[in-house]
Amino acid sequence: MANFYTDNKDLKFHLTHPLMQHIVRLKERDFTEKAKFDYAPLDYEDAIDSFDKVLEVVGEICGDIVAPNADSVDKEGPTVVDGHVEYARGTADNIAALRAAGLMGMSLPRRFGGLNFPIVPYIMAADIVSRADAGFVNIWGLQDCAETLNEFASEDQKMRFLTRVCQGETMAMDLTEPDAGSDLQAVQLKATLDETTGQWRLNGVKRFITNGDGDIALVLARSEPGTRDGRGLSMFVYDKRDGGVIVRRIEHKMGIVGSPTCELVFKNAKAELVGSRKFGLIKYVMALMNGARLGIVAQSVGVAEAAYREALSYAQDRVQFGKAIIKFPAVYELLSNMKAKLDAARTLLYETARFVDVYKILASIAEERKLEPEERDELKKYQKLADFFTPLAKGISSEFCNQTAYDAVQIHGGSGFTKDYPVERIYRDARITSIYEGTTQLQVVAAIRGVTTGAYLEQIRAYESVKLLPELEALRRTLIILTNDYEEAVRKVVAANDNEFIDFHARRMVEMAGYIIMSYLLLIDSNRDTTYQKSARIFVRFAKAQVKAHAETIRTSELNDLGEYQYC
Amino acid sequence: MKVYKIVVLAKQVPDTRNVGKDAMKADGTVNRAALAAIFNPEDLNALEQALRLKDRFPGSTVTLLTMGPGRAADIIREGLFRGADDGILLTDRAFAGSDTLATSYALSRVLMKLKDFDIVIAGRQAIDGDTAQVGPQVAEKLGLPQITYVEDVLKIENNRIFVKRRLHNGVENVSCTLPMLMTVNASAPACRARNARLLMKFKHAKTVSELQTANEDYLHLYSDRPYLNIAEWTVANVEAEPEQLGLSGSPTKVKTIENVVLQAKEAKTVPATDAAIEDMMKELIASHAIG
Repeated sequence: MANFYTDNKDLKFHLTHPLMQHIVRLKERDFTEKAKFDYAPLDYEDAIDSFDKVLEVVGEICGDIVAPNADSVDKEGPTVVDGHVEYARGTADNIAALRAAGLMGMSLPRRFGGLNFPIVPYIMAADIVSRADAGFVNIWGLQDCAETLNEFASEDQKMRFLTRVCQGETMAMDLTEPDAGSDLQAVQLKATLDETTGQWRLNGVKRFITNGDGDIALVLARSEPGTRDGRGLSMFVYDKRDGGVIVRRIEHKMGIVGSPTCELVFKNAKAELVGSRKFGLIKYVMALMNGARLGIVAQSVGVAEAAYREALSYAQDRVQFGKAIIKFPAVYELLSNMKAKLDAARTLLYETARFVDVYKILASIAEERKLEPEERDELKKYQKLADFFTPLAKGISSEFCNQTAYDAVQIHGGSGFTKDYPVERIYRDARITSIYEGTTQLQVVAAIRGVTTGAYLEQIRAYESVKLLPELEALRRTLIILTNDYEEAVRKVVAANDNEFIDFHARRMVEMAGYIIMSYLLLIDSNRDTTYQKSARIFVRFAKAQVKAHAETIRTSELNDLGEYQYC
Repeated sequence: MKVYKIVVLAKQVPDTRNVGKDAMKADGTVNRAALAAIFNPEDLNALEQALRLKDRFPGSTVTLLTMGPGRAADIIREGLFRGADDGILLTDRAFAGSDTLATSYALSRVLMKLKDFDIVIAGRQAIDGDTAQVGPQVAEKLGLPQITYVEDVLKIENNRIFVKRRLHNGVENVSCTLPMLMTVNASAPACRARNARLLMKFKHAKTVSELQTANEDYLHLYSDRPYLNIAEWTVANVEAEPEQLGLSGSPTKVKTIENVVLQAKEAKTVPATDAAIEDMMKELIASHAIG
């Protein structure tokens, strides 16, 4: 009888952020769909009420079905039978429950049967599902591949595939190959066009494909023979009903065991081209990855939520030396820092989701009509923010998720090292978040331009000028000092005029920017709800220690030092 | 394919499964304010059986019928969110204080008005009274065949329904002709969750009484979208004999209510040695507690 939405007031807090009014009005085109669809919102309040009620259903299914299934799913795992995946029993139950509740295709347009939700409530559902079962969210969350079809596929393709996604069919994105992991330009899977019939066929192998046996897959393949880089790759959609792809094996993984990670063999599999040839990697995969990365931020936050709750309840119950262990400074400090990091990661998640929302919605409006000049400026501004915030959020929140899971096991002591407590599974599940959809190191590569171009600094200055309650002033002053430290560090690194020196300090600089941004977001949250002041104060202390340490490392670092680190 | 008209009897009850310290008042009566009002759990199992029949026989309809105060309209909405087609709230001061006899009388009068139903499905019993009497009494009053403790509907063929009953020490497959009434056990499949689209479609559904306090901006909805009007029936809608309703129609009289606190009196501490544990096992087997 648990409800993972209503038992977590932070979710509703972020759902009702002031910018949501603008987002919902844009998304609903001034509420014009109410005449056509009986479930479209009548106005802003009605839309928020609908999100709230639907998320309550998500919370109920997660609390009553998905979370209780997580343990058996982790033990059973999926299997391969006759070249196809058979989910663990609990996974199949979870899918059936979410499908019956109409929770597939949440963000897709209503004309395909979707709920037309903005990214924020959709991502909130992912946050909730992740807390219940981190492995399961991958299968359910792959519905956001449909967003890419919605953006780039033909109307006919959308009609055929998106309606099926809304009815509950699952998806996969087939990108990685044995020799093309982080470097997708090396993709080899061959796409051949039969000029007489116009039919594309796929041949080759894909590896590490999450839910690789899903009903509908987006496949990155080499359509231009003789090419070797990303410009020879196109995007295809494969329909499992057509056959031609078999699952050779499922990886034996440390965590997210319920999510089948497949090795796929394509044998003359029929497929359809999506969008234009040669744009597969450079345009469509980039869109796909940004959506997927935001999904991993939600997963990281949801898993950290689960870890924190397990640790908190254990610390309250476990008695040693005559008192609950939460009474010991060593334990309550850990827990408070976990909570502060959780609140910080979550506020960054929803800030990023809002940026993505504004920019994506304006981009889709631009396909319907010419944007006004101020709308064009707004689109540009939010696209830039979304592009810089997504890797920042993915990098930092997934590291926080791992730290939180580590500390949660620590609080459990020896019990946490056994399989008797859920925290052991959560710890294993957390580990992947900082690896897939681009490792933390690769997020830093994507985020560093936000440092060197001054984009993060500009946004930090914007936060700095937000009017705050008087009691938050002291914290703002601290952050201004840290911002100066950050600026100085960046200035020094950039002045060396050496790319390797920038790469060497990139993670430090990205983290400095990230911690300052997260601190400001918590301050702004505290303005709207004073209960966040505690986390804001604790997080600013953490940020201060980290930023100062990074600043000192950079201040005393010289280009020549790199030699000492090189190649070990 | 044949379609069926199904009526589900449901009750709003205090959530006695999550009882806190303040669940009972000093005088031994239920403190309703401290307990959330919920859809009676076995009535949800009943609703699921109805919805499964609707899935199996497309075009069939599910109508929810509940008797209670105005707020019991929540039960109708909960049904609509899960796939029921419509609902009737039977509400009137005249029904206040009804025991099972008066309740089954009132419900049977509504069913007589509805006439052309094929299957009536109710939960086995409600968690507040635990009598399991209302379903069978309704069937008796309407002269319908009844099957209790149903866990699954196996098939419907040539106007006969075949069901599986879950009994204490086994299962029993039985059949009867339509129209009929069945009561469903908690061991039957749990009710599906609310569906997001139906939830958004029906969330504004209201009874006439609720419309009095509704948001004025939305009032036009109730003429534009007739399905948002929840039928609210009073004594005037059912041809009933007044003396059979409410308190006067309820022979059950509560004599006293006692607050029983269960206490384990025979607690025994067994030392953590193999010998002591073996003795305990032997004792438990001898007393047939296990084995």
